[in-house]
Amino acid sequence: MLRWGCFGTLLLACSTGFASSVPQPPQRGEDVQISVNEIGRYGGTLVVAQRSEPKTLNPVTAADAPSREVIGRLMADLIHINRASQQSEPALAKSWSVSKDGRVFTVKLRHGLRFSDGHPFDADDVVFSFQLYRDEKIHSPQRDLLVVGGKPVEVQKIDQYTVRFTLAQPCAAAERIFDGLAIMPRHLLEKPYQEGKFAQAWTLATSPAEVVGLGPFRLKEYVAGQKIVLERNPYFWKADRNENRLPYLDELVFLFVGNEDAQVIRFQAGDTDVISRLSAENYALLSKDASNRGIELFDLGPSLEYNFLVFNLNDLQSKNLNEIAAKQAWFQDLKFRQAVSLAVDRATIVKLVYAGRGAPLWGNVSPSNKFWVDSTIPHPARSIDTARELLRSAGFSWRADGQLVDHQGQAVEFSIISSSSNTQRLKMATLIQDDLGKLGMNVHVVPLEFRALLDRVFQTYDYEASIMALGGGDADPNPEMNVWLSNGGTHLWHLGEAKPATDWEAQIDQLMEKQMVQLEYKERKHLYDQVQEIIAANVPYIFLATPDILIGAKRNLGNFKPAILEPTALWNVEQLYYLPGNGSPPGAR
Amino acid sequence: MNRNRKIVLALILLVFSHLAILFAGFVSPYDPRTQNRDFPFAPPTRIHFVDARGHFHLQPFIYPWVGRPGGLNEYEESREREHPVHLLVRGSEYRIAGLFASHVHLFGVDSAQIFIAGTDEYGRDQFSRILYGGQISVAAGLLATGISLFFGLLIGSLSGFYGKWIDESAMRLAELFLVLPWLYLLLAVRTFLPLHISPTETFFLLVAVIGSIGWARPARLVRGVVLSAKNRKYITASRGFGASDFHILRRHVLPHTYGILLTQAALLVPQYVVAEVTLSFFGLGLSEPQPSWGSLLANLQHYNVMVSYWWMFAPAAALVLVSLGYLGVANAFQQQLQLDSI
Repeated sequence: MLRWGCFGTLLLACSTGFASSVPQPPQRGEDVQISVNEIGRYGGTLVVAQRSEPKTLNPVTAADAPSREVIGRLMADLIHINRASQQSEPALAKSWSVSKDGRVFTVKLRHGLRFSDGHPFDADDVVFSFQLYRDEKIHSPQRDLLVVGGKPVEVQKIDQYTVRFTLAQPCAAAERIFDGLAIMPRHLLEKPYQEGKFAQAWTLATSPAEVVGLGPFRLKEYVAGQKIVLERNPYFWKADRNENRLPYLDELVFLFVGNEDAQVIRFQAGDTDVISRLSAENYALLSKDASNRGIELFDLGPSLEYNFLVFNLNDLQSKNLNEIAAKQAWFQDLKFRQAVSLAVDRATIVKLVYAGRGAPLWGNVSPSNKFWVDSTIPHPARSIDTARELLRSAGFSWRADGQLVDHQGQAVEFSIISSSSNTQRLKMATLIQDDLGKLGMNVHVVPLEFRALLDRVFQTYDYEASIMALGGGDADPNPEMNVWLSNGGTHLWHLGEAKPATDWEAQIDQLMEKQMVQLEYKERKHLYDQVQEIIAANVPYIFLATPDILIGAKRNLGNFKPAILEPTALWNVEQLYYLPGNGSPPGAR
Repeated sequence: MNRNRKIVLALILLVFSHLAILFAGFVSPYDPRTQNRDFPFAPPTRIHFVDARGHFHLQPFIYPWVGRPGGLNEYEESREREHPVHLLVRGSEYRIAGLFASHVHLFGVDSAQIFIAGTDEYGRDQFSRILYGGQISVAAGLLATGISLFFGLLIGSLSGFYGKWIDESAMRLAELFLVLPWLYLLLAVRTFLPLHISPTETFFLLVAVIGSIGWARPARLVRGVVLSAKNRKYITASRGFGASDFHILRRHVLPHTYGILLTQAALLVPQYVVAEVTLSFFGLGLSEPQPSWGSLLANLQHYNVMVSYWWMFAPAAALVLVSLGYLGVANAFQQQLQLDSI
């Protein structure tokens, strides 16, 4: 029965004219992972657009999103977070076990796997890869993940297919660390590593045959400024239930298309097959003639990203920024921040900025993060009157012309900086400007080039307020540590605190550290709920809204199940295939 | 006859557009910064004479927009009742030229809103924004022209009158300015300016930058006229009577340049208006919520706005009309000058 099904697919592929080579079925002794998906058929090229070229193909040093997006399709990790279920699942690891104290991970690898050049894979590659990630000289952005309790994770080969990882202290959801840590081919990279040339390995100029991984695709061609072409990895270690080796697609092409509008035009023209990170306006535009063009649009609900307004509460003594330092007296006043938060019309932000496809936020955890959101934190309704009451009780008053002044008679006037390339955040700034005008605050909106903005927020502290966004990576609280620990690298409102500046920041520090070493989900949730409540009560950020994840794809793409975690559209690229004929849904065939 | 008609047409166009812009507060029905958050991207309100029951009304009226449920920025007319368009209605307070405060607007409707050029993404009345935006764009054009002509006249006349090294150095400098790619220069200059400056300061900086780049052309033209005028016999005579350089320049030489200056002015104003529009279009002009034609047009940078909301092109129509007016007048001046010189 199985065999026949397979044969049928083959015939179909030939008859519809796909000139595709069919990969070898799994061999004996090869521990392939059986992927539970609808049985597809081989052939076809999937074309997607990317904002810019990848900077590198080296998974250990890549830090930018375009590079990571391409590399993610070339490489594989030991344990992977399933983007649909948001749970971790075995990948190159066949299984893993955790010691009772939560510190020792023993990972069993799949047998008989091969890199995309045919070279066998074993524990030596794993040990080598983790050596790369932990090497201080290489400066991998993932290095921080592998430092737990101040010490790097120890990696030890037990036998050819077993590796042991030892952590200095127990760590919650430690298996999630492995997601995205690509396993590298020792047989190709050990030499450059020993010669100290690893950081220069695998650039865009490297010959495609030398870029080797364990992912569903391998590098075929790179055309500078235009595209990067990947082809099927014939040794990929996943197969469907009929023992068809994945991926189904022959090729995956990343086109470099500068901006979202250009991407929409290319998608409308049929040049690309999938478009992700759509704005709500473009989503509406595409939906007008979606059925004529044979495309399907997906609204996956709110993303995990949170947009917020932040006031500059940094220490400015060492900086020559007296004007801003004087205004910090307002920003430091909780009632001032609460008043601002109360005046912001979040419903309108969702309506006008996201065309209704988004959700208002009062905390850092998006409502779509079902495992972690604390649904008890208050969602106070917008009220200009209550906001004015708060300001009055904090010693502010109003001039005859309506201008808000503090107790020294100083007019409340400040500017909000926002990235000039992000229209949505600029729109939020313009709406907030109008909202705060109703409180008598004189607000200026200053669009800044994104790097100049980052420089002001992270380095010079030369700003008064800014609209920014964080989150969107993983659903787990651990990646948020950096934002909430008082010495964290993205503790934006007050960077580089030697010790917590306030009691509540000290409390958050304790709670976050506690949840990090706590292994029980229920306990962790309880701790993280408290963090969310403290944040909501002290308003270090004025949370605004989160956009829905909006995606478009050709209707004839089978197994297409976009998810809210990155990479939203391509996370299951190995399962994607082209339906025969005009792309009617599978049930109708 | 035909030529005269063209001039009159151009002049009427200019006078009307400038009056409307100058009295923007009076002509526009609303404050340009007021957001009507329930009406983003509402199309222009239709003005009716015949109601839903087929009755003719002498006084024009409107049916207000209501959002179509489920649609994104889609509207339909609410035909429950007619809202007649009144002249001289009371509305939000405004000031004309920063001096006279008033509440009276040229037109408006009761208990509904009229958007004769539609609304933008925040539901702000596009017509009001075009008029107020014109104040910035046209004033920037006029002021910058003044600056250019002032420097052009000064440098051109000195250079033509005294010649020698003054002439050499001034004209080489002028050539340098002529070959400068002005757009990139403007962009570069703007990025060096501080970001935290008030709208008024931004405006004057813009004007100064735009105006000080364009002096070279008028300077060369003025120099040519001065050169040909200074060797006339009556100037030698005047010198013989002991007239000073300044007197000769003012009384005998410069009057020859006025025709050229006027033509240049009529040519430069639309050019500079477009320069301001370009800078604002790239986000380097005045910041929100202050409108200018450039920042109004900047919305069209978004593909979905360009293809979905045609009324967002309205500021471009205003720009074209004003430019046409000026160019028509410049054309007329030029022809007159040619007639004079025959």
